[in-house]
Amino acid sequence: MDNTYYYLNLLFVETYKILFLLIPVLVSVALIVWLDRRVWAFVQKRRGPNVVGPFGLFQSLADALKYIFKEIIIPASSNKVIFILAPIVTMTLALIAWAVIPFGENFVLADINVGILYLFAVSSLGVYGIIMGGWASNSKYPFLGSIRSAAQMVSYEISIGVIIVNVLLFVGSLNLSDIVLAQQKIWFVVPLFPMFVIFFISALAETNRPPFDLPEAEAELVAGYQTEYSGMMYAMFWLGEYANILLMCAMGSILFLGGWLAPIEIYPFNIFPTPLWLILKILFLFILFSLVKAIVPRYRYDQLMKLGWKIFLPLSLTWVVLTASYLFYFDLLPTN
Amino acid sequence: MKISRIFKIVFMIDFINGLLIAIKQVFKPKKTINYPFEKGKISPRFRGEHALRRYPNGEERCIACKLCEAICPAQAITIESTEREDGSRKTTRYDIDMMKCIYCGLCEESCPVDAIVQGPNFEFATETREELYYNKEKLLDNGDRWESILAANIKADNPYR
Repeated sequence: MDNTYYYLNLLFVETYKILFLLIPVLVSVALIVWLDRRVWAFVQKRRGPNVVGPFGLFQSLADALKYIFKEIIIPASSNKVIFILAPIVTMTLALIAWAVIPFGENFVLADINVGILYLFAVSSLGVYGIIMGGWASNSKYPFLGSIRSAAQMVSYEISIGVIIVNVLLFVGSLNLSDIVLAQQKIWFVVPLFPMFVIFFISALAETNRPPFDLPEAEAELVAGYQTEYSGMMYAMFWLGEYANILLMCAMGSILFLGGWLAPIEIYPFNIFPTPLWLILKILFLFILFSLVKAIVPRYRYDQLMKLGWKIFLPLSLTWVVLTASYLFYFDLLPTN
Repeated sequence: MKISRIFKIVFMIDFINGLLIAIKQVFKPKKTINYPFEKGKISPRFRGEHALRRYPNGEERCIACKLCEAICPAQAITIESTEREDGSRKTTRYDIDMMKCIYCGLCEESCPVDAIVQGPNFEFATETREELYYNKEKLLDNGDRWESILAANIKADNPYR
């Protein structure tokens, strides 16, 4: 009897915690879509969505309502189970990764010791949603889109992995909170600036953002792997995509920009609650993402592959060797 | 490859310049207007929704000459006429199928008495097809509603005809 009570209690507490994390994430995804469209419009001297609510803030809500009331069309020749599963997988994987993101000291849903590996694994699994969607549609454009996406995400994951090794050499722990706390003296963006730039560009490729949005290249592939999707299923792909982008921004700010740490630990800065700094850093990175979307043309596919395999991978590998030798020579390797 | 070009690629000079240009554009005044709340200026020659005009004493201008019906390339206009008690020829029916209409303005050009005109209104979308079959009543009503602007437009365009 005692045991039942304990587990029930645990269930409720954990559910409460998860909702406390997921609802803000979903709301911020909606806001971030609005922000993305707004920044894009501003760079092109347009106004962007500004009618629904103050400054158009509720535009995504209106869009979501529209998607909910639209009919879901399932192609007759599609593999129906996988077709329905694909957007669910994409969105779930994009959301569960948020479990390990620390918003402050001891302010994290799951403070696991292999946090960064978990994050990396889950973001790698994200490609399955896209492959499943493209394959199950049984149509040529989605299929081509998902093939491109698979190759692209796999290539850039490798360079992201090697970049993470750079950071880990400084920290000596896979725990995300430890990674943030190791940056109290200096943010890793300073010693590892080239790696930060490569991480940012790889993150663009990893989340299929322009200039690497080849999987949905609308000029060639209609809408890539999303072509056959409609209604709420399309909206789920779209939510998953933006949740992934936010996740990449969060990862970038935790690995390089000091996570929840204030820029300087002095009076006016350290009175704010710690999550605020993480949110500000995520926002900064996201605005960079949108600005890049607004200014760069799409890469050709072979250029994309060349950039990933012939430039980023050797560069980041070299940097790992340099970092390791530097730390070893000056006896700075973390010990624990 | 030149050294300067390698330098440019490695430090992403062009990309950073582009980013700075983009940031500069963000703070410049917008080129688009806030459409439903503010509207762009339109020319007096603008060919929008049709209207049948009246003389200041309330008499219809249209004399049922059927020139507009004849010239209409989309054959959107249908006119029937009869002789009134005072001996003048007037229309009994003047229909425009607004979905056939291609807004070419030939009806307006052909009208000898400036009766049928195309006004400045372009926001007459409807939810059903039937509402776009305009009859004489609707057209005269349009004429009454827009008369001041229609008269001003014809006057403004007059020197160029």
